[in-house]
Order: sequence, then C-alpha cells, then structure tokens
Amino acid sequence: MAELFQFELVSPERQLLSEQVSEVVVPGTEGEFGVLKDHALFMSTITPGILKVRREGDSWDEYFVRGGFADVAAGGLTVLAEQAVPVGEISREQLDQAIKNAEEDVADAKDDATKQRAENTLAQLKDVVEALSKA
Amino acid sequence: MPSLKDLRNRIASVKATQKITKAMQMVAAAKLRRAQEAAEAARPYAERMDAVLANLAVAFEGRDDAPKLMSGTGSDQVHLLVVATAERGLCGGFNTNIAKLAREKARSLIADGKTVKILCVGKKGYDALKRELGQYVLKTVDLRSVKYVGFTDADEIGRDILGMFDNGEFDVCTLFYAKFKSVIAQEPTAQQLIPASFEVEENTGNNGAQPVYEYEPDEGEILADLLPRNISVQVFRALLENAASEQGARMSAMDNATRNAGEMIDKLTISYNRQRQAQITTELIEIISGAEAL
Repeated sequence: MAELFQFELVSPERQLLSEQVSEVVVPGTEGEFGVLKDHALFMSTITPGILKVRREGDSWDEYFVRGGFADVAAGGLTVLAEQAVPVGEISREQLDQAIKNAEEDVADAKDDATKQRAENTLAQLKDVVEALSKA
Repeated sequence: MPSLKDLRNRIASVKATQKITKAMQMVAAAKLRRAQEAAEAARPYAERMDAVLANLAVAFEGRDDAPKLMSGTGSDQVHLLVVATAERGLCGGFNTNIAKLAREKARSLIADGKTVKILCVGKKGYDALKRELGQYVLKTVDLRSVKYVGFTDADEIGRDILGMFDNGEFDVCTLFYAKFKSVIAQEPTAQQLIPASFEVEENTGNNGAQPVYEYEPDEGEILADLLPRNISVQVFRALLENAASEQGARMSAMDNATRNAGEMIDKLTISYNRQRQAQITTELIEIISGAEAL
C-alpha cells in the first residue's frame, strides 16, 4: 500500500480538491511526471492535458487541466490550474473554446519562441480532445 | 400649506419608495453572500500564486534579465490606470470613492508631466471620470451582461492589459478597486500591477537554508509564464472584491434609505393628522357660530 500525501488542486474560482492521495500524474510542459510521497522539491509549468489522481486503492480520478503550474513542496503537491474540470463533467463547448483560444495564441505570437510554445500547446490540446472523444 | 389630498398622495408615494429600497436591500444581502463566498473561494489560488512568485522573484532581484513585467520598462512616463467600478448605481459612495481615488492619482500624475491613460471596467466609473478626464479614457469594458464574474472575464481584461504593455503603450499600470472589509466598510485601493511588486516574506531563522527547488523548465521560463497569468489573477481578485464591496455598499445604502423613508412617513402622517383635526375644528366652529347667530 502506497503511502499517502497531501494533494491540492486549485483553480482561480475554487479549490477543487484537498485531500490525502497516494499518487498523482501531472502533465508537465516537459513531459508527464508522477508524484509519490516524499518527492523531491520540484516545480513545473503544466500543459493542457489529463491529470490523474490515485486515492487509496486502485481507482484513478481524471481531471482536465489547462494553464498553470505544479508545485511539489515539503507539505505535498499543489497544482494551480487556470481551468480544472473533472473529465466526466467537461463539455464539448469548453474544449472547443480552449482550442479556439490556443489557435488565437498561435496567431498572436510575435517571436518564434512564443509561437513554438503556442503551437505545442495547441497540438497537445488536440491530442487530448481526440483521446477524450474516443473514450 | 399642502392640502389633505396632497399629503395623502405624498405618503403613498414615499411608502412605495420604501418598499423598493427594502426589496433592494434584501436582494443585495443575498447577492453579498454569494459574492463573499466567491471571493473566499478564489483566495487560495491567489495566495499560492503570490507565494510562488515571491519565491521566484527573490532569485531575479536586481538581475538584468529579469522579465519586464517585474522590473518595469525602466521609465515611468506613461501610466495606465485601470478603474474597476460597478455597472449600477444606487450603492452609496462606492463608485464615487473609487473614481475619486483614481481622479486624484490622475491629477497628480498630469501635474508631474506624465502621460495618463485610463481603462474603465464598469460603466459607472466612466460616467464619473468622463467630464474631467474623458479624453484620457482608452476604452470601457462592459460587464453588464455578466451576472457573476468568472475568471474568463478577468482573463480577457488581463490579456488586454498585457497586449498593450507588449506594444509599449504604457510603463506603469495601477489597478483601482474597493477592498471589501465589512458590510459597512469598503476601502478604495490602488494596486500597482506592472511592474509587479511582491511582499517578500521574511522567514527569520532559516535564512540561507532555503530549500533547493528543481525547476522544469528553468526559473526564467517559469517566471515568464507565471507573470502574465498573475495579472489576470490579480484582476480577477480585484473584480471579486469589488463585487462583494458593491453589494455591501448597496445593502447599507438601501438600509439607510429605508429608514429615512420610514421617518418621512411618520412626519407626513403627523402633519396629515394635524391638518385633518384642524379642518374638523374649523367646520365645527362654523356650524356652532351659525347656530348661535339664529
């Protein structure tokens, strides 16, 4: 049985989760990473994707997150996301809106680096949407 | 001297007004609770954001490659004032106080020879500022159709501000809103958004023993990613505080109005009764003197 640690998922509008969990998989900008208890201090920005949470036992909960960062501190993991919705509750319109915003970002990008980043985000987002619509 | 009929009409009209103010007070009370809950729910996010940014900011203090959003453009010639007010009136001094604070700031900046640009969020702020400072107002963001402020509304404003900053349209950005203290006290506040200022926590005792964080991507990129987000978060927080303050101000204003209407009704009723008695007395005297004359 994996040990538990404190996990918080916060969006600007409310705190979605604050509880003891055994494992969290976060979609980081430079790749997905899993967090277990006593993870080294770590901070990463996140890309649009699915955040997976494992509570006691083997059931996984999935959340769609977009824009923000994950902060692994001594006390546990905090994910601040601009948007965070349980996968079951997400609607088609919300995803379409997110894609539209990302496309605008690509169009608005002024230098190559920003553009590259925006394009990555858009591609990522499309993957996620595809994966979700299959499920 | 108004006639009996006039008095009766006035009492009826004040009573109708009192009913309206009473209803508005109750509506404001219900909305206030929701606004307060929303403001409280948003607090953890903003606080975490502050803490993380303050941490990162220390590392960049005084460095040349610090993001412009933090270090500023190196000049303070052009100021952007973002004035957040309500969309509706009838809430006591709420809008006036915010506008007054913004106007004083604008005046002193203009007196110093700086350029001032104004972005109004909410119609009432624009109404209050347009007479004196109308020429400086760039645009007004209308949130009239928005029932409860969501993060997307704030994000749009935040992006607007950032876009203007990236185009070099201003150097310093200050946000004006009313901080919610209690139902009877709202404090007009000016908060500097750009360049961002952080209250660096003094962790006495373990100085130098700062935990070593690993960053992915590196600190610079995280900071560059977070600072723009922080603008939207700050705007969102200000809008929520504003919403709660507005309802609080309206509640106490309407409470006052209801009480004043009550006092007025009492006064009018007394003079109505006096006059009615006087009239009866006069009539009696007329009848008696008529009878005596016979």
